[in-house]
Amino acid sequence: MFDPELMDYANRDPRLPEPVDQGNADLGIDLEQRLDLYERQQVLRQFEKRAYDMFLQNLVKGTSHLSLGMEAVSAGFGAAMRQDDYTFATYRGHAHTLSRGVPLGPVMAELLGRENGLLKGKGGSMHLTSVEHGMMGSYAIIGAHLTMANGAAWSSQIRGTDQVTVCFFGDGTTNIGAFHEALNFAVIWDLPVVFVCENNLYMEYTPIDLITAVPNPAADRASAYGLPRIIVDGNDADAVYMTALDVIAKARSGRGPSLVEAVTYREQGHSRADPGKYRPKDEVAAWKARDPIPMYHQRLLKLGASEGDLASIQQDVARRVDEATEFAKAGRHPGEEHLMSDVWADGGSAWRN
Amino acid sequence: MAELSYRDAVAHGIAQEMRRDPQLVMLGEDIAGAGGVFKTTVGLLDQFGPDRVRDTPISEQAILGAAMGAAMTGVPVIAEIMFSDFLAVCFDIVANEMAKSRYMTGGQMSVPVVVRTANGGGSRFGAQHSQSVENWCMMIPGLKVVAPSTPSDVVGLLAASIRDPDPVVFFEHKSLMASKGEVPDGEVIDELGKAKIVREGSDATIVALAYMVPRALEAADRLAEDGIDAEVIDLRTLVPLDTNAILTSVTKTSRAFTVEENPRLCGWGAEIASIVAHEAFWDLDGPVVRITTPHIPLPAAEALEDMAIPSVDRIVTTVKENLD
Ligand SMILES: Cc1ncc(C[n+]2csc(CCOP(=O)(O)OP(=O)(O)O)c2C)c(N)n1
Ligand SMILES: [Mg+2]
Repeated sequence: MFDPELMDYANRDPRLPEPVDQGNADLGIDLEQRLDLYERQQVLRQFEKRAYDMFLQNLVKGTSHLSLGMEAVSAGFGAAMRQDDYTFATYRGHAHTLSRGVPLGPVMAELLGRENGLLKGKGGSMHLTSVEHGMMGSYAIIGAHLTMANGAAWSSQIRGTDQVTVCFFGDGTTNIGAFHEALNFAVIWDLPVVFVCENNLYMEYTPIDLITAVPNPAADRASAYGLPRIIVDGNDADAVYMTALDVIAKARSGRGPSLVEAVTYREQGHSRADPGKYRPKDEVAAWKARDPIPMYHQRLLKLGASEGDLASIQQDVARRVDEATEFAKAGRHPGEEHLMSDVWADGGSAWRN
Repeated sequence: MAELSYRDAVAHGIAQEMRRDPQLVMLGEDIAGAGGVFKTTVGLLDQFGPDRVRDTPISEQAILGAAMGAAMTGVPVIAEIMFSDFLAVCFDIVANEMAKSRYMTGGQMSVPVVVRTANGGGSRFGAQHSQSVENWCMMIPGLKVVAPSTPSDVVGLLAASIRDPDPVVFFEHKSLMASKGEVPDGEVIDELGKAKIVREGSDATIVALAYMVPRALEAADRLAEDGIDAEVIDLRTLVPLDTNAILTSVTKTSRAFTVEENPRLCGWGAEIASIVAHEAFWDLDGPVVRITTPHIPLPAAEALEDMAIPSVDRIVTTVKENLD
C-alpha cells in the first residue's frame, strides 16, 4: 500500500548516530599508527573536496560519488591491509583507491578525463583501478564485484600466497542476489575474503530500513551463512582499523571469510547531481556533528599529539592535493589513438579480418 | 588419429590444456563428481583432483564472478554455464564486466576466462533450454565467440580459447554431442578467427555455424544431385570473424546464403549479409538470403521444433528457389 507519509523521507524520524565511545585510548594502537590514520583521512577528505570544487568549475564531467563523511572506513582498512592484498570497490571508490597508495595525480586526472589519468580517461570516476597497487577495480553495477572478490581470493589460494581480498559495497547492495551468492560461495570454499558493507543508511535516495527485511542489512544476514555478526562504528578510524586487523588476520591464516557492517553516513548526496534533500535535516546535522575527522583530531590531541603535528599533516596533504590538481589540469585530452585501443590483449579492437 | 565423440572431445581438449598449464582450473555446476550434465567433463576430476575441477552451487553470477576475479589475478579459468539460456542469469558479468574490464581500465586488466556452455536446439527441451544465443555475445565489444561443429575443432578451438588472453564464450552444441570424428594424436591447437571451407563449390556460398554445418553439408550433397555446386563455410568463430573467407568465396560463387539456428532478428547472418552486401555487392548475382529459425520462442514438441530450426529440406529448397 502506498503511504504518502512513509514516502516523505525528509520528514521521517531521523536515524541518529549511536552514542559514541570516545575511549579508544586503550586499543593498543600507537600514536604513530594513529597519525597515519589521520593522514589517510586527511588525504581522502581533501582530495574529494577538491574533486567537488572541480565539478563546480565544470572541470569534472559525468557523475561522481563522494565518500565525504565515510573516510574512516577506507582509512582503517587501507592501513590494515598488506601491500599485495586486493581491493574491490564500487563506483564510490575514490577513497578506497587512494587508501591503497595509488598516487593522487592520476586519480584526479582520471576524474577530469585526461590522458594522464589512471585509466587514460577511458574508465572515469566510477571505474578507478590500479592493478599494480592491488586495487582490482571499482564497479558500477551493483553486486557483481562481490563475486569477483571471491575469485581473487580463490586465486591466492591456488597460487599459495596468503593475500587477502577486501571487498567494499553499500547497504543497498545487500538486497541483490549476487550478495547472497557471493557470501554462500565464500563460506563453502573457505575463501580469504573480507566483505565490508558501508552502511550509510541510504541506498540511492531511499532509506535502507524501508526496503530491507532486517534492521542491520549486512550483519543481520551473516548468520544465514554461518558468519559472526560484526558491526563497527564506521566513523571511528580506530574501531575500523582494529576490526580490519582482526578479520584480515582471520582470512590470512586460512580461517575463512568475514562480513563486516560499518555504520556511517555520507555527508552529501548520492552523486554529483543529488542535493540529498530526502534526508531529515536534524539527521544530517547529527551525523555531521560526528564527522570522523574532527572527532579523530580531538582524540589525537587527547592522546598527546600537538596541534602543530596535525597542522603540518594537513598542510602536507593540502600541498599534495594542489600538486595533483595541477598534474590533472596539465594533462591533455586523450587523442584518437586511445579510442580504438585496449579492447583486446593485442592492444587493438579488431573483430574481423 | 582417434575417433572421438564431440562430447568426449570436450574433456579431451580440457585435459590437454590442464596438463600443459598446471594453474588452469575449472568450475561449474555438476562438472566434477557427476562429469557434467552433458558428460562433457567426465574423468577430469580423477585426473586433476578436486582443487582444479570444482563443483559449485547454483549461483551463476558467483561462478562467473569467481572465474573473472581469479583470471584478473593471474589464474586462467574455464567456467561452465550448464545451458546457454542461463547466461541471461549472469549476463552482467559476461557483458558488462569481463568484456569491458580491459578497455575501461586503460589496458591494465586481463581476463583470461573461457565460458563454456551447452547451446542450441534439437533436444525437445522447449523455450528455456534450447536457444542458440551466440548472437547475444557477438554484439558485445570485448567478447570472443566460438562455436565448433566437429570433435577436432572442439579440441583445437578449446585450446586456442584457453590460451587466448581475452574472455571467450565457447558454445558447445547439444545436438552434436553424440557425433563422432577423427581427432589428431598429440597436442591439437587451432586458431580463433579462421573459418573453414568444408566443401568447395562454385555456384553458391552457404555460411553455417555449429549444428547447422552438417545440415548445410547434407543440403549441399542434395543440391549437387540437382546440378548445383555449393560451397559450405563453417564459420567456427563469430568473433573474430573471418570475413576474408566469406568474401573470397562469394566473389567466386556470386551468391550467399546463411544458415542460422538463432531466431531471425539480429542473428549473426544479418551482420554477414550486411558485410557481403557492402563489400561484395558488385560480385553478387542475387540477394543475400538468410535461412533462420523464425522469430519465435522455441517450441518443445518434436514436430514443431523440427519446423522451426532450419532443416536440410529447407536449406535445399531455399537455395534452389533463389538460384532459379
Ligand atoms: C544492478 C544495479 N541496480 C541499480 C543501480 C543504480 N544505483 C547506483 S548506486 C545505487 C545505490 C546503491 O546503494 P548502496 O549499495 O547503499 O551504496 P551507496 O551508494 O550508498 O554507497 C543504485 C540503486 C546500479 N548501479 N546497479
Ligand atoms: Mg548506501
